[in-house]
Parts: sequence; structure tokens; C-alpha cells
Amino acid sequence: MRIDCKHVWEHISAYIDGEVDAALRAEIDRHLETCEICSAVLDSTRNVVVLVADERVFELPAGFSERLHARLDRELELAGPS
Amino acid sequence: MTAPNPDFEADHIRRILAGERQLFHSLIQPCERSIYFLLLSLLRNEAEAEDAAQETAIKVYLNLKNFRGDSQFRTWVLSIARNEGLGRLRKTASRREDSLDAEMDEETGDYTPARLTSWREVPLEALQRQELGGILRRAVDGLPAIYRNVVLLRDIEEMDVRETAAALGITAGSVKVRLHRARAMLQRELAPKLEGFAGKGKEKGKGVFGWLKS
Repeated sequence: MRIDCKHVWEHISAYIDGEVDAALRAEIDRHLETCEICSAVLDSTRNVVVLVADERVFELPAGFSERLHARLDRELELAGPS
Repeated sequence: MTAPNPDFEADHIRRILAGERQLFHSLIQPCERSIYFLLLSLLRNEAEAEDAAQETAIKVYLNLKNFRGDSQFRTWVLSIARNEGLGRLRKTASRREDSLDAEMDEETGDYTPARLTSWREVPLEALQRQELGGILRRAVDGLPAIYRNVVLLRDIEEMDVRETAAALGITAGSVKVRLHRARAMLQRELAPKLEGFAGKGKEKGKGVFGWLKS
């Protein structure tokens, strides 16, 4: 069974996450060997996922942790044992 | 991101409930990022998200004795965060976000990618350029809420499908559908914008052709 580009695209997210079964993965891999469009689409999608995952992109506001723990200190005092 | 450690958590919870209150700081610390970014995604405002995150941490402390241990600690914490966020949204009805309802998943829409014939990898080193981070943040921020929440927890906070589903109160199936769509929208938005940040690798084809509905 040869799969087409649309079929590859439907499974691209699961493929990136390693969640397609071995048979489907083999079919997708075979398709990618000869389809430069799907290869480029896969590479670009995976690149986007890797970039947004980097902790430099979404950073906690400066001082967030200190303010949180200062507030917790006050509340832990007031509240007493949990 | 820090992986949850159930033994550490169980031990800390036991000791906190026995009176060692100060241990709560290190119990909640690994969850801080996830709490904040989930709330930021819901509330769209940094100051509100921070305030809601503090309230969440307090509520976790006050309800610690109710944690049964039948789900992961962080999952339980994030459901408290989600309820805090949704509660605040309900109070300001004029700011209703997109529904979290599963029926949105039934919608067919255009989730096709930008068609490319080649792609030059943008390396992580490129993030040293501030503007790249801004471009990525704006793209994520521009997603509809139900897709943004999933990208946040799955890709940015690297939580697994089950935990993401539990934290958002949706099914695993919905998580997968929404993540696929979110990634498609991000790729389409970002592919043309990332070109200028690529490394000096080999290029096979002629670059971005625009995209076609198939």
C-alpha cells in the first residue's frame, strides 16, 4: 500500500511524537524518501516544535518565583498546618 | 522540564501534613512554570496570570490533605490552576474565551500546512536573537485558545497526552486532534518567517511556494 501526501499529513503530528505503529511509520518513511514536499513540511513542522519547546522562548516573568514564595510564606504563617 | 518524582512528592506531602509546612515551597516549585503558562494561556494577561498562579499555589496548600494520589500530583495541581483560571473568566463574562468544548474538534477547517520543497533548519542557537523568540511567542499567542492550551502543555511544557488531557479536562483524542491542528497553524504562520534565521545548510529546492488547499 502506497500512501499519498494527504495521508502522510494526517498522521504527521503522531509521527513526530513517535506514536504511529511500525507499519504506518514504515509507509511514511518510504513516502518521505521520494517526496521532497512532505520531507520539507515534516522538517519545518518538527523545527517549529523544537523551537517553541526551548525554555528561552517562554520564560517566567522576572521575580515570579520570589514573589510566589514570599506570598506563600505569608499564607503558610496565617493558615497554620494544612 | 523537571520530571515529576512521585516518591519525592509523596514524602513531602506526608511531612507537610505532619507539620513541616516549609517543605511546601520545594513541593510546588517544579509545577510553577506549568501553572503560570496554563493560566497565561487562559487569562491572556501576565499580571492576572501571576496573581492566579499565587492563588492556585495557596489553594493547593489548603487542599493538600484532599490529594488522593490516584492521579499525578502535577495533574491535580494543574486542574486546580485550570479551575482558578476558568473561575476568573466566568466572572468577566465579556472576556469569554473560545469554548473548551469538544464540539470544536468536530469542525472541519483548513489545517493544511505551508507547502515547501525544501527546509533549512533553524538551529536553537538562533534563539540568541531576541526577535526570533518574539516571532514564536506571537505565533503561539495568535492561536485559538483551545489549540494554544494544548501546544503549551504538550510542546512547551512537554507533558504527556494523558496528563495534558487530565489537566485540560478533555479526552486524549481531543488532545491529539488539537495538537495536530495547532502545529499545522504554527507551521503555516512561521515557515515564511523563519527563513531568515536558518543555518547555512544545503538547500534542495527553491523555497516557499505559498500553500495550496488539497
